[in-house]
Formats: sequence, structure tokens, C-alpha cells
Amino acid sequence: MSGTAHSLLRLDGVSKLFGGVHALAGVSCDVPQGAIVGVIGPNGAGKTTMFNVITGAFSADAGTISLDGKAITHERPHRIARAGISRTFQNIRLFAGMTVWEHLLVAQPHGESALRRLLPTSWADPAALRRAQEVLEFFGLGEVRDRVARSLPYGLQRKVEMARAVTARPKLLLLDEPVAGMNHDEAEEIRRLMLALRQGGLSILLIEHDMAFVMNLCDTLYVLDFGMIIAQGRPDEVRANPVVLDAYLGRAA
Amino acid sequence: MSTYYAGLLADVGILLLGALSVYIILATGQLSLGNAGFMSIGAYITSVLTVNAGIPVTVALVMAGLASGAIGVVVGFPALRLKGIYLAMATLGFGEMVRSFFLNFDAVGGAGGFHGMTHISVGYIWAWAGAILLLVMLLERSRVWLEMRAVHDDETVASLVGLNTTVIKVAAFGVGAAVAAISGGLFAHHHVYIEPGNFGFERSIDFVLAVILGGSTVAPGALIGSLLLVLLPEMLRFISDWRLAAFGVLLIAVLLVRRQGILDRSLFARMTFRGRPA
Repeated sequence: MSGTAHSLLRLDGVSKLFGGVHALAGVSCDVPQGAIVGVIGPNGAGKTTMFNVITGAFSADAGTISLDGKAITHERPHRIARAGISRTFQNIRLFAGMTVWEHLLVAQPHGESALRRLLPTSWADPAALRRAQEVLEFFGLGEVRDRVARSLPYGLQRKVEMARAVTARPKLLLLDEPVAGMNHDEAEEIRRLMLALRQGGLSILLIEHDMAFVMNLCDTLYVLDFGMIIAQGRPDEVRANPVVLDAYLGRAA
Repeated sequence: MSTYYAGLLADVGILLLGALSVYIILATGQLSLGNAGFMSIGAYITSVLTVNAGIPVTVALVMAGLASGAIGVVVGFPALRLKGIYLAMATLGFGEMVRSFFLNFDAVGGAGGFHGMTHISVGYIWAWAGAILLLVMLLERSRVWLEMRAVHDDETVASLVGLNTTVIKVAAFGVGAAVAAISGGLFAHHHVYIEPGNFGFERSIDFVLAVILGGSTVAPGALIGSLLLVLLPEMLRFISDWRLAAFGVLLIAVLLVRRQGILDRSLFARMTFRGRPA
């Protein structure tokens, strides 16, 4: 593991039980600052549960989670979000009636005064609007700015969800299967966007099923099976690991 | 203006405020069937303040709004644990609880009602109704309103983009309760006599109906709904006893054709030339 880089997210022995079943059984992992880290594993291995525990949607039954050295284990979701973690969902979750632009406005960081938030958004801090505009253009959504996000094609909806997460100016972006259901070109574009985001200082933790996609992208991979980390390391190391071949690649084939 | 039309116009203004009180709470995804309860709290507080304490009606309305808003916040907390039909039932229970409280509270007349208020003009009622409608329309363009819509659309995701959903939902209840109280204070000083029976659950239903009929995604929908709810039964007077039945049929017809209500965001945007081609 990259021992030199400063650790941004750290999970230490995190467990989550659902009715006596360990969805997560003592998971420890580490996302260094500026890294792209992947979590792979068969269906039901606990990957999405891991995201839900990190973001506070579920509370961990054991273990600790820290962001930038600060414990966030039992914080409420909005506090964890404000501390610097944003996420996307495996099945896209956009706000039903909102336009693309409204998705970005509502996700902006919470620096504004209460009074300002009561005034029309068009009177908001120009710097904040400019930042939202930058995110819009970064994701190539300028053309569809005023369209209802749910009415857009699937690939664009994925980008709106990512754009919403990025607008919150997180330190860490959690992506749950960002290229699921996408063709090669679309996936390639997402990959390019992720690398550009990392260039800008963002750290990324992603869940992915597409093995080729994570191999080309991630600095570190963790392999989750039955709620436990069974292997970790550089993508090429993980690919060669016989335990992984058996648990994941073998079964998936 | 004849007394008849003035009376109708006053009814529209009072209903509009009641409908807006439901609309504000509904904007966060919470359906309240108990807003007549907040309305009666406002009616009694305002009346006691003007009649027994001699406070000017405008000041009394503001005070009643603040007091009812505080009660709304208190009601808003248990409401957090309830969703959909369960919340509707609980708020309906709250409304009936308030009604039976005033029925037994002899200090304000109990079942005999309360009187002695000075009559207010239709213009005064509409100054309040118009100002609050404009404020809500302004609020609709704010960041806070977007946050309320986010909570309405997907509460989990709203919290994960950093929104404190508890504060948003409870505050909506508080503001809605304050607006309902102002509606009640105006009602009391328009009719110069109130009794607990004025604030039964049929009135709460009227508020919800005005919002659903007029359109529950834009504030002017509440105005359209209130106009229809007051004026349509009057216009149907020529069929005398059948007018309420005919009104019911029209209502069902409108909802079959436009489930989102008569006015929605895209229609409103087109009417105000603010919409861009989608």
C-alpha cells in the first residue's frame, strides 16, 4: 500500500449486522489522499453496505471510520456529507421534479447565511453560481441545464448524479458502479472525468463490476467477499491472486 | 361591491391562506390534515388579544402566527417519524384534539363560541393573503425551497448531499402552522363570531383540496384552487340541491384529466414567459 501518502478515509474493523448476518465483518481499508481506490467483489459481498455505513445511512455495529483523522463513525448523514463525503448510487437517484441546474444549486456547500438561502437563487453569491456553472460544463451538461434531469438519457443522468456529488465540493467521492449499463465509449468518458477530478485533488472510492474498468483506473483494489476483505493491493497483484480468482473471477465467469 | 361578492372574496382570501399553509408543509412531502387546528388556535388567540387585551388586530395576528408556529414546530417533531397515510391520520387527530380542547375550554366560551371582535374589511384580508402569497412565491425561487423539494423527492439523498432534513421538515410545519393561524385570525375578525365547529376536519380537507385541485407544485395553484372551491358551488346554484354533487363530479373530472392539478410548473412558466423550451 502507498504508505507515504496521507490517509483520507480509514475504516478500522468495521462490522454491520443484519439480523445476525454479518454484511460487513471487520472491514479495514484505507483511501490515501488523491488516490482512486476500487472495491470489487461478487454480488451480495457487502460493497454497497460499506458505502451506506461510510455515509451514515446505516450505523456501524463495530469498528471506527475516520475522515482526515476525524472520527465520523456515528455521525448523522448530513454531517458526514458536510465533512466532505459525497456519493452516487447504483440505481441512479435524482430528485424527481428538478432540472439539472437545480440539482447543482441544491447540492452546493453550506457556507451561505440563512438569510441568503431564503432569497431567490439568482441573487446568490456569484462565486457559488460560477462554481456550479464550472461543474456543469466540466460534465458537459451545459446544453441540458434547464431540462428535468429524470427526462434525460441514462448516460446523462449518471453524469448529473456525479455532478451533484462534485458540486458539494467533497474531499472524497464515493461512486457506486459509475459505468454500470454503459457502452465502452461512455465508460471511457467517465474514466476520463474521474482522472480529471483526481487531477483536481479529489480522492475517489468506487465500487465496480467491470473488471477491465477498475484494472485500468485504480491505484489500489480491495476485494470483498462475504463481508470480509479477502485481498488487496495493486490491480495487477489482485488479478494474479489465486484467492481472488477463486472467489470472484472464477465464479463470475 | 355588493355584500354578497365581498363575502365570497373574503372567503377566497381566508381559504387561500389555509391552502398555502398546507402547500408549504406538503412541499417537504408531509401531508397535514390538521391545519384547521392551527387555524382555530390562531382564531382564538387573535380574538382574545383584540377583544380582551385591546391589542390592534395586525399585532394580534403576528403574535398568533408566532404562537401557532411554535406549536407547529412541536407537532413537527413527532411527525418526523410518520409518513404518508400515517402522518395524515396523526395530523387529523391533532386537528380534532384542538377542536375538542376549545369545545371544553370555557374561558373562551366553550361550545357557546366567542364574540366581540371588530369586523375587518375584505381589503384588509386580501392585504394579508396577497402579501403572504407573494412571499411564498418569492421563497419558491430560493435555495431553501430547493432543499424542501429535495426532501420531498428523496429524503435519503437529500441528507446525503448535506441537507439537515429534520430542520427542514420541522420548520415547514412551523411556517405552515403560522400561516394557518393568520387565516384563522382573519376568519374570526371577518365573521366576528367563532365557535369550535368552524374548525372541523372538513375545513382541513378544504385546504388540502384547494391545493390538490389548483396544483400542488406552484403557490398560485393554491389561489386557483381556492377560487374554484369558493366560486364554483355558487355558480352552480341554478341546479340548487344538486350543486354539491355536480361540484364533486367536476372535481373528479379535473383530477382525472390533470392529476398534478390545474396549474403546474411548466404551465406556470409558460404563462409568465419564464420557461425555456424544454
